[in-house]
Amino acid sequence: MAVKDQSSAAAAAPAAAVKPGRRAQTKQQEQTRWGLLFISPWIIGFLVFQLLPILATLVFSFTNYNPVQPENVQFIGAQNYVTMLTDSKVWKSLQVTITYALIAIPASFLFGLLLASLVNSIFLVGTGGFRTLFYATSMIPVVAAGVIWAGVANTQTGWINLFLSALGVANPPDWLNSTVWIYPLLVMIGLWGLGNLMLTLLAGMQGVPTEMYEAAMIDGAGGMRRFRSITIPLITPVIFYNLTLMIIGAFKYFDLAYVLKNGTGGPENATLFYALNFYKNSFEYNLMGYGSALAWVLFLITLALTAILFWSQSRWVYYAGDKRR
Amino acid sequence: MTSAATTTGTKSSGLSNKQRNLLSKVMVTGVAFLILLLFLAPLGYMFTTAIKSDTQMSDPNAPPFWPHSKVTFNYNGQELEILQVPMPNGSTQELAALQKTRTQTTFIDPQNPEAGEFVWEGNWRTLEAVYVPDAQWQNFQKAWTDLNFPLLFRNTLIIAIFGTFGAVASSVFVAYGFARFDFKGKNVLFTILIATIVLPIQATLVPTFILFSTIGWTNTFLPLIVPHYFANAYNVFLLRQYFLQIPRDLDEAAAIDGANPLRIFWSVILPQSVPALTAVILFHFFFAWNDFFAPLIYLVSKPELWPLSVGLQKFNALYGRQPNLIQAGALITLALPVVIFFLAQRVFMRGIVFSGVEK
Repeated sequence: MAVKDQSSAAAAAPAAAVKPGRRAQTKQQEQTRWGLLFISPWIIGFLVFQLLPILATLVFSFTNYNPVQPENVQFIGAQNYVTMLTDSKVWKSLQVTITYALIAIPASFLFGLLLASLVNSIFLVGTGGFRTLFYATSMIPVVAAGVIWAGVANTQTGWINLFLSALGVANPPDWLNSTVWIYPLLVMIGLWGLGNLMLTLLAGMQGVPTEMYEAAMIDGAGGMRRFRSITIPLITPVIFYNLTLMIIGAFKYFDLAYVLKNGTGGPENATLFYALNFYKNSFEYNLMGYGSALAWVLFLITLALTAILFWSQSRWVYYAGDKRR
Repeated sequence: MTSAATTTGTKSSGLSNKQRNLLSKVMVTGVAFLILLLFLAPLGYMFTTAIKSDTQMSDPNAPPFWPHSKVTFNYNGQELEILQVPMPNGSTQELAALQKTRTQTTFIDPQNPEAGEFVWEGNWRTLEAVYVPDAQWQNFQKAWTDLNFPLLFRNTLIIAIFGTFGAVASSVFVAYGFARFDFKGKNVLFTILIATIVLPIQATLVPTFILFSTIGWTNTFLPLIVPHYFANAYNVFLLRQYFLQIPRDLDEAAAIDGANPLRIFWSVILPQSVPALTAVILFHFFFAWNDFFAPLIYLVSKPELWPLSVGLQKFNALYGRQPNLIQAGALITLALPVVIFFLAQRVFMRGIVFSGVEK
């Protein structure tokens, strides 16, 4: 924030120094010309690969477009949206996505906070090494991670169940084929990708002024109290940023669901995430009109969720000096 | 954790500050180590599985962790399995099974084959085999050829290198435009750019796919490379933040000397931005190495163009019976990004913090 403000201040200063009039005007024109020239790649890309396709998706969503017979395309009004309402797969996929989000997001934050606190602790010996190693699993390509965990969760040879058996668990779950246990498995795999969360939380924690902790200690606040009343409130901007990405991420969740169950959505549609259902309709069944309707609803969902999150921001996100985006 | 550790010490009576400190260190480091062990355990599974033999994978009685194979004994050109046989005197002896039936088995003693055959009454399947540690390093070679890694690497590298070049070159320009020029609507445009972070790729995918398939780009690398030549929000954000920290005095000095913005960008800004550029290069390279969805959409029916991600997934789906080769393949796939990460970790992790926190 501070940096952003500084830019406009710095830009304004030389402009103000020059006498208003013709020279200032040409200078301004030049600024605009160069500025637009430099950002033009993004503007073109935004129009061609984002804005126009979104609008086109909306148009396609009112058709029965099928890439196998593109010549038979017809406008069918809101039919696709009506179909969605009665399509049990759509409701199932929403249920799967929300179930996963409700488990994965709290689990990620708990684990992320734990890791960040550990590597932030003055009592940890070898901080740098731990931080690097905790981050390293985030570098494992997602398909490789899925393949590795599918093996780890194997009922015969996988280490999870060997470990559970050794602990005396009588009937360890069949993770990959259980409509219940597949979710904890996906969440565990997700924890492997927590590096960014850990690092940003850590940076937030390191930004908390030590005087605040000292003052709280003088007031007799214990460790947990200090964590809850100082650390957490002061890192809410980082939490907000990551929460937004994670919620949107749940609706885009595809790769691991596809890798673990080879895109079937099994067991019994327990991994039929919203994005997977979209993929199957659009690219396996070639129902691209219907897929467009699914995509537009996904777009509206992310828009609504982002709006709600930003609206909620003023209630729980703390910005030092009360500066807002 | 700082806090949890201090509370352990506060109320304990007889400990000196120094002892308390040491105790906290041992506890915190111990907990971190334990979590790390669990965290990295799947990599241990991957590695040990990758070097197991096919027979061990399908043998439920084999030792579960380290690669082992059954001990055999070569007797007159025959490979005989060695089993642990209970002897009449109560001990067990490791003997080679010459003829196995359900009711009796003929053994010979591998230590002393001249002693001749003798018969043990009972089902040989109840006897335990003898295993020795035996790592199958050639599995990596097998996975290398079975998955056709040279091809997968070539494809991934083409996609990653050309994509990275475009993503970085375009983002650098755009970030410079946002960082150094003042024009109407700049803040609105920048807000739109940042908002595209939450835009799901699915929302634009169908028309984009139709466009690419109309111009004949499906089943080529182009849809995975060309769209990255138009900058993206993460890169621009990070680079812009970095450019803003470079003092303007230098640009202005160059401007007075008659340098135009392009020249200033090239000879003043870029040379000072090496850490940010490195971070952005790494981000995109890893992204491309990782990307599964886009190659699946655009290349699924063209195996000779598959990158690592798709190749490994398809192999996993088809060859579920060979978990050892699959794990060897996973190891080969993750090796390069992980090694690069360890080499460039400082600049990489600083980049993450830079783009994630300094908003």
